[in-house]
Amino acid sequence: MTHTQLSPQQKLELYYWMRLTRTFDDRMLALWKQGRGVGGTFSERGHEAIGVGAAYAMYPDDVVAPMHRDLGCYLLRGLSPRRIFANLLGRETGITRGRDANLHGMGDLEHGIIGFISHLPQSLPVALGVAMSFRYRHEARAALTFVGDGASSAGLFAEVLNMAAVFNAPLVIIVENNQYAYSTPLSQQTKVPDLVVRAAAYGLPGVTVDGNDVEAVYSVVRQAIDRARGGGGATLIEAKTMRMLGHAIHDGAEYVPRELLAEWEAKDPLRRYEGVLQQEGVADAVELSEIGERCQREIESAIEFAEDSPWPDPATVSEGVYAP
Amino acid sequence: MSETATNFGFTDAADDQDRQQMSYIAAISEALRLEMRRDENVLILGEDVGGEFGGAFKVTKGFEAEFGPERVLNTPLAELAFTGMANGMALMGLRPVVEVQFADFITTAFDSIVQFAATTHYRWGSAVPWVIRAPSDGGIRSGPFHSQNPEAWFVHTPGLKVVAPATPADAKGLLIAAIRDNNPVIYFESKPLYRSLKGYVPAGEYIVPIGKANLARQGDDISIITYGTQVREALKAAEQLAREDISAEVLDLRTLKPLDEEAILDTARKTGKVLIVHSANRMLGLGAEIAALIAERAFTWLDGPIYRLGGLDTPVPFSPPLEDAYRPNAAKIVQAAKELAAF
Repeated sequence: MTHTQLSPQQKLELYYWMRLTRTFDDRMLALWKQGRGVGGTFSERGHEAIGVGAAYAMYPDDVVAPMHRDLGCYLLRGLSPRRIFANLLGRETGITRGRDANLHGMGDLEHGIIGFISHLPQSLPVALGVAMSFRYRHEARAALTFVGDGASSAGLFAEVLNMAAVFNAPLVIIVENNQYAYSTPLSQQTKVPDLVVRAAAYGLPGVTVDGNDVEAVYSVVRQAIDRARGGGGATLIEAKTMRMLGHAIHDGAEYVPRELLAEWEAKDPLRRYEGVLQQEGVADAVELSEIGERCQREIESAIEFAEDSPWPDPATVSEGVYAP
Repeated sequence: MSETATNFGFTDAADDQDRQQMSYIAAISEALRLEMRRDENVLILGEDVGGEFGGAFKVTKGFEAEFGPERVLNTPLAELAFTGMANGMALMGLRPVVEVQFADFITTAFDSIVQFAATTHYRWGSAVPWVIRAPSDGGIRSGPFHSQNPEAWFVHTPGLKVVAPATPADAKGLLIAAIRDNNPVIYFESKPLYRSLKGYVPAGEYIVPIGKANLARQGDDISIITYGTQVREALKAAEQLAREDISAEVLDLRTLKPLDEEAILDTARKTGKVLIVHSANRMLGLGAEIAALIAERAFTWLDGPIYRLGGLDTPVPFSPPLEDAYRPNAAKIVQAAKELAAF
């Protein structure tokens, strides 16, 4: 894999966004264990390189439809940790003003983000429509979206791959193959372990990438986005990774073999990138730890903001069902 | 006019010299054409809508030649995906008009409509301004999967608007209103009225506001509240009832969501006797909601039970005697109205 050339500064940015994502995630899990959360929530652990690498590859005018394992993507596209944490806690200051749960629905077109719904393959046709709006207006822009291995089993996945190919849509679809759809392992979802091979059936290029290698993710997504923006059409990318915790916070994931988790823990995207950065002389342990402390401060401030934020006013419950 | 023989009797609205006798389907076509000429963000997508073909019912015949293939987008047979695609287009400021070939097929797009489009503005404040055109209703011997009236599912869904025109003028005016609305609007057009109902259609920009019912006939003894295809049946029934000295008022709802509650309550309070009619099956159909509304808010004005006529609680049958037994029609309306009037 030849990586697109990244400067030391860019590498440190990638690290910062992954570290911020991990810090957010760690603190969120701690809060929920203390009973300070609202409803359920979803951990990103293990997926940081995908959301961050992909979002870093986007151009400012591209549009993304991320899902619940892509916190890094929301952060990098400009949603502040404050607004996101407030969303997790159902506050008026959250992205959805208490209307949608945890990371769901965190759309903000100012930042080029489409909010997702739980019916996960649903982000695919919406992102296709965004891509088609660019084609319609002859704009050199791309749409990007994420889906899990589980949602790749739905018929809509096939419908959208086909339509994206037929329409030569400027679309990049990333399958985050994290080996489990809730409790169901990939082997019970499909007989074909490499999901990317499906691209060929629709006449689309398919690329596999190590989803725990942030620079590799950045590189393949950048190539796909450049192709899409240049009129070359859609790409399917399979990013292989592992869901390191349960489906959601309530789920202990006892059904996942411990040795499988141990195998992937050794490939942790954050630790791994720390090794790369030190080996390349981009940063030493002290500098990395300073970035960590900065992330810690940002997240603590976000939590404080969220917990101090007002609840939405029940009198407004019926507002906003319709656009004016 | 020369194309009449080859396209199921449809005459292109642009060639229609007689605005007094424009068909319901030509009015739909005219509304689409005017809006596409007015606003380049308006586009059409769906199965078979493009090319020379111009849709299963020829509503978009000639459109690709005028507007080009990008604005008259033929899609693969994948309603869930192309309706979802319309969601994305609408979020980016386009105004897609989606044709589902038959309203019966709208079920395959249910998630894209009910889960995504209907909830988006509430959840994160972005508008999804599309229209789905759904050719609905039966009586034309088309069987269980080309005859349905699935409007109740969508009226039940917060975040959607639902309209069902009963006249050529409303077919035009409501479609233009739907395209300009900033919300997802499902437009149930009546297949049985397509070429059998003709009437005056105002030229140029003509808008029928969403949410306003139309008092199609004034009367004193009984109110028939209905919409879509059944408005014509109700008006026929009212003629016959008049000959039998029963004065029937006919309220055409035109918009099913949001309901024009005041118009419904006004007619109920005026006559004190209400018969609700729709082609859709009666069980939890729109009639149930309207009856509940009247019972709650006009109870003391009532002089009899609220009657409902609707399709039977069966799939829509194919064979003529079976379908006739299934559907409301003018004769059944007359019979129910006389019974109610005598109460």
